[in-house]
Amino acid sequence: MIEPNVIEERIRENVPGVSHLALEDLTGGKDHYKAVVVSAAFDGKSRVQQHQMVYRALGELMAGPVHALALQTYTPEAWGQRGKSLL
Amino acid sequence: MDEAVKARIQGIIDEHPIVLFMKGTRNFPQCGFSATVVEVMKRLDADFHGVNVLEDPEIREGIKEFANWPTIPQLYVKGEFVGGCDIVRDMFTAGELTPIVNGALDGTVDK
Repeated sequence: MIEPNVIEERIRENVPGVSHLALEDLTGGKDHYKAVVVSAAFDGKSRVQQHQMVYRALGELMAGPVHALALQTYTPEAWGQRGKSLL
Repeated sequence: MDEAVKARIQGIIDEHPIVLFMKGTRNFPQCGFSATVVEVMKRLDADFHGVNVLEDPEIREGIKEFANWPTIPQLYVKGEFVGGCDIVRDMFTAGELTPIVNGALDGTVDK
């Protein structure tokens, strides 16, 4: 179990250039989260590499306090495109 | 992670074209995320070698360090880490998984 603001701070501090971050507690138990992260640092990186960057930022939090983290990562450009496809 | 565990993991992913490190087995997945990847593999009609990490604590921890990926399930195709539940599902939805899996099963995809 971990407070959402701790996760947000960790991501913002350790993933450079985060321009958008949305965190959702999926169960209310503070251990199953969903995070949408947008950063220019994801540019040119595969999805696995993007997610690994976020996991590295969270470090030991992923070894217990956070049981599951559904991740969606985007470059600013992909995030902008995504908005259009939903309209 | 000691070299023996690392060698065991490498051996498994080299030996089988598709490997899924999961919680439970293909017929009795013990976790929703693992069950999702099993379902994707069924829809692709792709046979895979399942490793039940619940019965192998050494692999359960070692695989996280091996892939620098902190969660289970983990899917490997032709010895390469493809992703966890989210990525496998997203790739399946986008149709990106089919060529990778088919290539691995009929041996046309180079490592």
